[in-house]
Formats: sequence, structure tokens, C-alpha cells
Amino acid sequence: MRAGRGGGDAMNPVINIVIAGLGGQGVIKASDILSVAAFQSGQDVKKSEIHGMSQRGGSVTSDVRYGPQVLSPMVPPGEADFLVVLDPDQVAVNRGRLRAGGVLIAPDLVDAASLANRKSHNVALLGALSTHLALSEAAWRAALHACLPEKLRAVNEQAFAAGRRAAATPQTTP
Amino acid sequence: MSEMSEMERQLLSGNSAIALAALHAGVRLGTGYPGTPSTEILEAFAQLGGHAQWAPNEKVALEVGIGAAFTGARALVTMKHVGLNVAADPLFSVAHTGVTGALVVVSADDPGMASSQNEQDNRRYAVAAAVPMLEPSDSQEAYDFTLAAIEISERWKIPVLLRVTTRVCHTQAPVRPRPPGSPPPPPHFEHDLAGRNLIPSNARPAHRRLRQKLAELAEWSETTPLNHVLPGDPKLGIITSGVSFMHAREAVPGASFLKLGFTHPLPLKKIAAFAAGVERCLVLEENDPYLADAVRAAGVVVESKPEPFRFGELNVDRVRRILAGNLSPEPALPPGRPPELCDGCSHHVVFQALRDLDCIVAGDIGCYALGVLPPYKAMDSCVCMGSSIGIGLGLRHVLPPAEARRVVSVIGDSTFVHSGLTGLAEMIYNPPPTGHVVVILDNSTTAMTGHQEHPGTGRTLEHAPTGKVVYEDVARAMGIPDVRVCPLGKDSAVFQELLQEVLASERLVLIVARRPCVLVAKNIRAYDQCARAAEGVTP
Repeated sequence: MRAGRGGGDAMNPVINIVIAGLGGQGVIKASDILSVAAFQSGQDVKKSEIHGMSQRGGSVTSDVRYGPQVLSPMVPPGEADFLVVLDPDQVAVNRGRLRAGGVLIAPDLVDAASLANRKSHNVALLGALSTHLALSEAAWRAALHACLPEKLRAVNEQAFAAGRRAAATPQTTP
Repeated sequence: MSEMSEMERQLLSGNSAIALAALHAGVRLGTGYPGTPSTEILEAFAQLGGHAQWAPNEKVALEVGIGAAFTGARALVTMKHVGLNVAADPLFSVAHTGVTGALVVVSADDPGMASSQNEQDNRRYAVAAAVPMLEPSDSQEAYDFTLAAIEISERWKIPVLLRVTTRVCHTQAPVRPRPPGSPPPPPHFEHDLAGRNLIPSNARPAHRRLRQKLAELAEWSETTPLNHVLPGDPKLGIITSGVSFMHAREAVPGASFLKLGFTHPLPLKKIAAFAAGVERCLVLEENDPYLADAVRAAGVVVESKPEPFRFGELNVDRVRRILAGNLSPEPALPPGRPPELCDGCSHHVVFQALRDLDCIVAGDIGCYALGVLPPYKAMDSCVCMGSSIGIGLGLRHVLPPAEARRVVSVIGDSTFVHSGLTGLAEMIYNPPPTGHVVVILDNSTTAMTGHQEHPGTGRTLEHAPTGKVVYEDVARAMGIPDVRVCPLGKDSAVFQELLQEVLASERLVLIVARRPCVLVAKNIRAYDQCARAAEGVTP
């Protein structure tokens, strides 16, 4: 399941991840952390998003692709292996980006109110994502360290761990 | 040790890669005007320790860059695609004078218009201005091609266009820097009266020299590894450049490719030979058929993308469609939530008044362009930087008085410094019979592009105190008879009353509506505090 179909093949398995949300929710920060974690693991990485008008509260998506060799910076439509969504309203509109059998990390997987700082919800969902990826814990820790100021590290490491636990807990499906 | 670590792989955006290359090449001066997707180049260059500064607009930036390059220094000038329209005048002429050092002009195009008012393809400028052009396709090439652009500029004494696009600028990807080359000699001045004074008697031979340089560059283009063949299946050959190469290589990894990095002058012999060696030859590019037109004009038979693919960015899916001749409707993009003015933004107050007074609003480029969206729908035009003043005056001149009296020009502070001053001169020189009202929305920053400083903030690119342009003083000095400063509160009533009064006066009025952008007010206070503290300790 790790050998993403999208940008790669058996010789060049590329993992495709789309992170979606609204301006200010930490989409870009989450994709920064993810891409640094992949980069630290020696992978080729491309991370792409559109800046500009999106800063004014509009919807934001960021594409992260990694593997032995990544070509196009954008995850092709319907080829995301993972879709991480930070805002409930953005789930339906972005669902089409997932490939058949792709994994959705939905915002309600971790209750933001249960975190020491609600703003680390993005990192909590990355924690959940991390349980599906073959990136080492050391790489994730290094990425959190590189992408966050010191005073926010502890709270985000806790959020990351909370996300990992949430992903490990079987979800009840309605 | 530090040199060793510098040679390690780094994860960089294309913009940061350009900045790093500029640093490694010993670029003396980086200047430009903020504009998505180019803005971060100079910010990154400053962070790395380079000398970077914001100019009031792209034309001035390029002129400053020309001055630097006349001394033998290496200069980098950055802008978004529409910025090159503003800087086109010096660009065309500096192609004729040539440079002594290096002059690299970065044009960051925005296919798909993620954050732009038009979708122009600036590769056309390389042809029109007669300058060489490079097109990187990822961050590594953004780094390598910036170094190559400097080498080309110095070797042929010619300005070079480095044309990048949104996906190259803003995609982060690994970059392995090169060991530093030889630094340029220290700048010094040598007279070259005939070379740099473009009076007709000098400009005529200058044009011939320029065409001679381009002829040499056309030959060089045939052999440079910047243009290279990736051999593959001879059934399909793809000629491509920029990020389109990446999409195509992913869509059809087995095809033969002619990857063009140096795209003006084009290697037409190499292109013809490549096309002759494959069964089916497709030119693949975003936006205008720049390559396809040039290749066909040279008599080479190629396929190119159907017209619907001229619009917007390419991606892997669109490349597959082009190859298959599939013109069926493309899947709609997710209907993203549109941007809106931030909570607490001072523009709310102004647009509420403009809407309630039923004004005809000539708007401009900036966050306040969001005034066109609900709930205000209170902007009637947004065309180009500074256009609000001229368009407002044009409306006033020809509309019947009852309508003319409702016309207001609305312009941001950074935009006013960029291109509003000449509009004020026009207003004083050719006043409409009903007068006119210009509102400067002064939020003390270039907000839309991510809060850059400008001459009206009195702070440098790196937020240090410097000289400051004071709009109300400038307007009075230029002869605007009625200049008002209106601090904006949360309530629109005070501003609305003022606007009503000045519209009725039928005079020439400039209102500076002032309140710092809610997103940077805290930072601005911190910069000011820093400046005061520095003053306190410096005698």
C-alpha cells in the first residue's frame, strides 16, 4: 500500500499527499514539516502550493510528493495516496483528489479542543498521517525541530503524539 | 566546515534557490518590487546576507540594477510578469547599451493567474527586447540557471532574462549548490560615452552590436548543455521547457525529449534535427505558443497543444489529454472558498462608505481589490498598478456631472508610491470640471504580497528605519488644493461623512485613510520600538 500508484511505479514509488484547509490553519506549515521529514530521510521531494490570495482566508491546498525521483510538483487529479484535511468544510471538495483506496485523514480524527494548543491541530493530523508512512520517528522529530520555533516545539510534539495515538485507535464508522 | 555544509543538499523553493545562487555568485545588489510569485527572492537574498532592497516600482528597480551593472558589478532585478511591463522601457534600451558586469532580470510569470490580473507570457519579451532567456524547470535549475545567466550576461555584456513560473518559484525541492566560482572584480567606473548614451548616432551602431551578440548566442544555443536531448522511444519526441518538462516526463517517461533551458535565441538546428529523428514531434509549453510558433516559422513540422490548453497551468493530466487529443471537458477544480478581507481590516470601513454612498469606484491592485466581492461589491475597475487615478479622471471627464460627482479613485499606499504620483500630476494638470477624489488606503505595508516595506513606510526591506515618503506632504507640494488625513476607526461614520463632504465640494481632494494592516500592526510597533531603542544608544 505504500507504493503509491500516482507519480511512480514499481521502480520509482512516489508517495502523493495533499494537505487541504483554510488560510491560517497551518496547511503550509504542515506541508513544510512533512517535506522536511521526507527530505531528511534522503528522498527526492517536491512540495507545491499556491501563495498569494489564499492568505486572505481562502482555501489552501499543498501537494507533497516524495520518492526516489519526483518530476511534476503537483499531485495529479485523483492520484493522492493520502488526503489530510484541516477544515471540515474542505473534506468534500477535496475528496476527489484521492485515488481509489487512498486514505483520508479527516479533521475530526483529533479533537482540536483536546490539545494543549488548538493551533497544533495541523501537527496532530500529521502525527496520524505518520502512522501510514515509512518515515522514521527521528526524521519527523528533526523536521518538527527545523520548522518550529523553540517555544512551540514541546506543544507540537505532544500534538504529534496525540495524532499517532488517535490513528492507532480503531474508528467507529457511522 | 561551513563551506562543506554549504555544498550539502538543501530543500529550497525556486525563489530561495535563485537567492542562494546570487549569493554564491557575489551579486552586489538585488532590487525589485514585490509581486507574487517573485517576492521571496529578495527576502531570501537579504536573509542570506546579500544586499537587497525594494524599489518603488520595477522600472526604478531595473534602472538601479543597470547602474550597478555599468560598474562591473553583478546585479539581480526581480519582479512578477506584469512588473516587466513597467520595466520594459529600460529593458529594451539596456539591451542596446549592454552592461559591463552582469544584469539578470527575473520575470516570474503566473500561468493560471493564481494571484495576477492577466496571463501574459513574458517569453515574448526576450524576443521583443532582444535579450537572451533561460527557463529553469525546478529549484536545482533555478540555482544553476541563475549562475549561468550571470556568466552569459558577463560574457556577452548583455542583460539576461531569467523566466520562471509560479510552480518553479514556489515549489520546494532539493538543491545541491556548486563550489563557489571566481568572484567578480571590485566595481569601478570607466567612461563609455558612445556605448551608454543612446542618442540616435550611438543607438544605430548599438542596435547592430546587439544583433551581432544575438547571432553569436544563437550559435552558442546549439551547443550549450542547457539545451539537451534525453533519448527515448523515437515514436514520440517532445520539445519542451520550464515546468512543462516535468509534467511531460512524468506523463510519458519513455518518450524522447528535447529539453530547452536556454530558450532565446532558440537552437533551431538542434530542434530541426530532433524533430527529424522522431515519428511524432510535439511542442509542449504553457500559455502562448512561443516555442511552437518559432519552430514552425523555421520550417519544422510539429504538433502543438490545442487552444483550450493555452489557458491555465499544465499538469500531468493535461499533458496526457494533449497527447491523446482529448478535448472532452476537464474535471472542475475543487470550488475553493474565495479569499476575503480579514476581520478587523481597515478596508472594511472604506468599502462600506463607498457602497453606502453609491460611488463609482476606480480601484487598484492590492488586498482592497477584494472590495469587488460580496458583501461590498464596491469596486468598478481593477486594471493595473496605479490605474485607479487615471481611470477615475477619465470617467470624471466624460460622464454627465450627476454621475461624474460619484467617481472616487481608491489606491493602496504601496501602489500609490509605485505608480500613483504621475496620476496626481495628471489630476492637477487636467482637472475634471467636477473635481475628483482620490483615497489612499494607507495600511503601512504592501499587504497582498506578504507585508513588504516600501518608501512610504520609512523602513527598508529588512525593516530598518530609512527615509520616508509622506503622501500628504507630497500631495500638498504637488499642488492638490485639499488634502485630508483620516485615521480609520472601527466605525465607518467618520470616513463616510468626510467622503460625502469632499465629493460635494467638487474640488481636487486627496484623502489619506490611515490604519496599519491588522496582520502587521504588532510587527510595525516592534520595528518602531527597535528603531527608537537604536536611536537611544547611538549618539
